[in-house]
Order: sequence, then C-alpha cells, then structure tokens
Amino acid sequence: MISQLHKRLDSGTFTVTAELTLPDSSEKDELVNTALKLSPYCDALNVTDATSAIPHFSSLAAASILLDNDIEPVMQISARDRNRIAIQGDVLGAHSLGIRNIFCITGDAVIAGDHPDAKPVFDLDSISMLAAINKMAKTGSFMSGRKITPKPTLFLGAAANPFAPPHDYRPHRTIKKWKAGASFFQTQFCFDIKAMERFSEKLVELSGGKPPPVLVGVGPLKSSRMAKWLRDNIAGVSVPDQIIERMDKYPRKEQAQVGLEISKETINDLKSIQGVAGIHIMAFKWEEAVKEIVEDSGLAKHKRLL
Amino acid sequence: MLEQIEVYCFSECESDKLVKLLEALYLVSSKVLGGIAGKYGDNRIIKLLFVNFEWVTKKPIFGCQMCGQCILHETGMSCPMGCPKEIRNGPCGGVRTDGSCELDPKMTCVWVTAWENSNKMRVFSQEINILQKPLDRRLKGTSAWINQSR
Repeated sequence: MISQLHKRLDSGTFTVTAELTLPDSSEKDELVNTALKLSPYCDALNVTDATSAIPHFSSLAAASILLDNDIEPVMQISARDRNRIAIQGDVLGAHSLGIRNIFCITGDAVIAGDHPDAKPVFDLDSISMLAAINKMAKTGSFMSGRKITPKPTLFLGAAANPFAPPHDYRPHRTIKKWKAGASFFQTQFCFDIKAMERFSEKLVELSGGKPPPVLVGVGPLKSSRMAKWLRDNIAGVSVPDQIIERMDKYPRKEQAQVGLEISKETINDLKSIQGVAGIHIMAFKWEEAVKEIVEDSGLAKHKRLL
Repeated sequence: MLEQIEVYCFSECESDKLVKLLEALYLVSSKVLGGIAGKYGDNRIIKLLFVNFEWVTKKPIFGCQMCGQCILHETGMSCPMGCPKEIRNGPCGGVRTDGSCELDPKMTCVWVTAWENSNKMRVFSQEINILQKPLDRRLKGTSAWINQSR
C-alpha cells in the first residue's frame, strides 16, 4: 500500500493538509470528532507529537485511529522524546498499522512546555532522523545494519521555515533535508509572500529545477490580539505589522472574518509560486475556518483521491 | 604556517579576521596535533594530556562540550553543541527575528553565527552543507583530536 499523500503530490494537484490538535483524553471520541470535521476538506491530517513539549494523545495511536476512519495520517515523530532505538521501533510498528507518512521534527525544547523538569533526549536531530528512517526504507536495515524483513515503504516529510533567520541558509537546509530523505515539506505560518517567493526561487535553483513539494503553512487569525500573541510568543513565526494594522481597523467581532480573508488571499498568491505544492492549515481548534478557507479558495472541488 | 595565518588576516574587517584566524588555527592544529595523535594516540599519558589541553583551549574559545567529535570547521567555527537542542545539522525553525535563540533571547543562535562565518571562510565555506551523522555518545569526554586521527 502506497501513501495516498504521495500519490496526491505526485499527481501535481494542489494539496491540502491540516494539523490536528490532539486531545488530552484517554478515549478516542474527541480525536475522531475533530478529525471528521477536518477530513472532508483535507488530503491528509498531521498528528503532532507532544507539540510545544506538552504531552497529549500519542501520535502513533492517533495516526492508527485516523486510518480506521479512512483518513490519511501524517505521523509526526519528535527527536526530543525518543532515542534512535525507540524511533526505529516505532517506525516499524507504525508501518505495520498502515501508516506511511512520517514527519521528522527535532521538536521544541522541554523548557518550552509544561514539564520543564523533564530530561530532553535529542539523541538524533530531524535530519539525522530522516537519514536513519530513509535507510530503513531504502536498504531494509536498521542504523546498525541489522536486516528488516520485509522493509517498510515510507513517505518522509520534514519541516521548513522560510520566515526565520538565517534566511539565506533556509533553502540550503531544506535541500539538506531533501538529500537526507525528506520527500515533502510543510512550513511554518506564512504571512509574508515575498519571503516565500525568495525561498522557493532559491529552492528551485538549488534542486536543479525540480524542487521537492512544499506545503505552505496557513493559519487563520481570529483577532489582532492573537496575531500579536503569535508574533511575540511563538518563536519562528513572523507576523508583519501590516497584517496587525489591517485587523486593528476592524472591531473585535469582525476581525475573525478579516483573518479568513487574509488566509484566502495568501492561498491565492501561493498558487502561482513555483514549487508550492499546496497548503498546510494550522487552525488551532477552529475547524470551521478550514472548511471556509478550502471551499472559498476553490480547493474543495478537486477532492480527495481516497 | 605563520605566513598562512598572516595572509588570512590581512586587510579584512575585525570579525572576518577572527573567523579566518580561527580557520587557520584549525588547519595548523589539525595537522600538528592530528599528527601526534595519529602516532601516539594510544598512549595513556598522551590521551590524558590531549583531553586536558583540548578542554582548556576549546572550552573558553568555543564553549566546547567535549563531544569528542569536533566539526567546528564545518560549522563556521561555531560549536553546534552550544545549541540547547544540540542540533548538528542547521538551525531549528524557532530562531527569533533578531537571530537569537528561541529558548534564550540573550544568546545568538549558534547556527546564525555558523552561517555568517561559513560565508567568510576560505577553505571550509561549503562544509556547512555536509550531512552530519548522529553523535557517537560513547566518545563524550574523549579527545576529538585523537578520535579524528583514528
């Protein structure tokens, strides 16, 4: 069984993925309910691995539950909590459950979360993790060389952030991840089209005209307060002043609608950038926004391959 | 070698000079110390001398953590072990707009420095794109000079 997301990206159609906020619950109902609200508008859903270094529902279990509900999962693995022994075992277990898309991320440091007293692992970083898992898929062996039979079929993804310094280095690092085994990329929130254009242009150049597919992060802003909070508290997110000024012109009640408009304009601009294969929506428990953004951007009609 | 250092440092601005000086020092030390380490690295006394000398010199200059697998010249002479996440393959996505670390606003991201310095290096400017292998945790606390000569 090949990854549906892989097929979708290979077909060249504009792809939509979204981030699923995993619940703090010991039952799956909440997870399934949220996922079913998003899935009609997305080609795949990312299940995060203790994002912001805060424990939530397990990404491996969540990915498996999504598959049971006919939803394509992208399982994230963070290098923060697992060493190379645990990661390789989890990958095999995930594959046996039907999970094909694995997203390798270094992860937020433990002091960013609500258990700052925990021991950080960081045995691998995102790139050496990609190389290790890619080796499992390509050569059918563990990092140690021991054989895996049969070998897993995987579609590996990684993160890119064109909006954080050192800006000139970002495309080089993305290429490094690509060489290590990443086949697709999802980016941090994009509020700066010009920066995205520069990044893509360089990526096209460095990849010899055949850039890996990049799904650009889109986040609907609910209010100017949220925009400022994102800018000031989430490192690596850049929210230009024009966006905040534009939202501030409207009363609080109407700001959410402005936020949605901004997202739709961003998507429209992104469509014309070479190398942009789609979008990755991070809507923080605002599932209705995903529906509106996707439908109004004319993305709902070429629906899922599933 | 001294001539080489002079050439490296000639008519450049201060930070450029420093990077080139460090690069030159690396070239010298890797040749000289690498040569000794290659010949006598198995000797217990030499091992002890190397580890201590390495710690005394590299700790104050680079904030060396004695990982035992030095890649300084491939990261613009900016030690990646100074990164709170110990990322050896480039900056994470959390670098602040001013180039500081997401976890410590007072500290410049080691990879921002690495990228800037790499561009100024003469010999090793492209090495920053090398895919770094995961650390061998057994080598912590041992001499990188000796390990490299193996």
